[in-house]
Amino acid sequence: FMQRGLDAQTKKQLEEEEKKIISEERWYLDLPDLKEKESFIIEERSFMPCEDLLYGRMSFKGFNPEIEKLMIQMNSRCKQEEIEVDDKMEADVSDEEMARRYETLVGTIGKKFLRKRDQRVLQAEDEDGSSNTRPSKKAKKKFLKPQD
Amino acid sequence: MATGRGAAAEACVGQVVLPGDVLLLPAHPDEDGERLRLGAGVAPRGRLLCGPGLRRCVAGLLVTKCGLLRHRPAGDGAAAGGAYWVDSQQKRYVPVKGDHVIGIVTAKAGDLFKLDVGGSEQASLSYLAFEGATKRNRPNVQVGDLIYGQFLVANKDMEPEMVCIDSSGRSSGMGIIGQDGFLFKVSLGLIRKLLAPKCEIIQELSQLYPFELVLGMNGRIWVKAKTVQQTLIIVNILEACEYMTAEQRKQALAKLSGN
Repeated sequence: FMQRGLDAQTKKQLEEEEKKIISEERWYLDLPDLKEKESFIIEERSFMPCEDLLYGRMSFKGFNPEIEKLMIQMNSRCKQEEIEVDDKMEADVSDEEMARRYETLVGTIGKKFLRKRDQRVLQAEDEDGSSNTRPSKKAKKKFLKPQD
Repeated sequence: MATGRGAAAEACVGQVVLPGDVLLLPAHPDEDGERLRLGAGVAPRGRLLCGPGLRRCVAGLLVTKCGLLRHRPAGDGAAAGGAYWVDSQQKRYVPVKGDHVIGIVTAKAGDLFKLDVGGSEQASLSYLAFEGATKRNRPNVQVGDLIYGQFLVANKDMEPEMVCIDSSGRSSGMGIIGQDGFLFKVSLGLIRKLLAPKCEIIQELSQLYPFELVLGMNGRIWVKAKTVQQTLIIVNILEACEYMTAEQRKQALAKLSGN
């Protein structure tokens, strides 16, 4: 209230006064602080973690294939301690196609972002005809191991 | 009301305990926590799981239900540090958070379904708690349908709430249970026996015919097989196997598979 006209100092004074009033009026417990004991016991009202019960939906001899899949999933989850990486998710694109794409696509787009020097290097490579061998003169020299 | 000193928890495993018994646990590590105990074989313990039928009290664990005391030694997984619980028998179900149960839809109140789960109150289920449900795409649930779901909220102060999806948003088998089949009620102890990791009853039954089974922790079982007769046979076996010994059960099954 009426905050625009007040200076910072007077504001502080007002706040302190308010705090004093509040702390006198507020009730507080006069007891010593209770030490919070670290408890080693957890209370639990459900039987599931105690007895490691299985999942409630079951199907036998192929009566309901979805539930049979679910059974394998759920019950193996209970037994495992670590979470295993899932099997390959059914991919829309097969692995072979991915590999082919990567070969053709990634290289070409990568070239766009090379600096000029590296582009020249690449051109020299293409002219040589073999993409595996590195032109020893122009490319960066690799560390030569001293021969024993 | 002191009944004398409690007994050590480890000594009572496998014995009958009554409400009011105090079970003493082996000495806790120091309160200080910083002082490491140097000694062979004293690894920092995981937390001890105090299961159904037990409560924490000053001295150790207090028994609140009568039954046999069970113990699972420390291992990895949910109960690192070991678990103690009381194996008791009852027919009346009390909703517990996280339990998977079969509920019967009794009413549709706008956006909410009311389910009967066998507890003191009806559980509520929102129409958005199904996989792939949106405001426009409502699940097709009618009064009288069977639903397999889990409790989201279940305590003595509030009305229980159920959902049919898990924390990642997938249904993982929960939802409306299909057409046909037979629903019946058994005691809670039998359900736990059937859901135990290596249950002979289920293994033997699975050799008989193809069938589908849904077990709810509230004592309800739903069975569906190809013909009505097969369904009823399975129902009768499941109801009777609570009080049959293994021998009698095997004889009964042998007769059936012979027929």
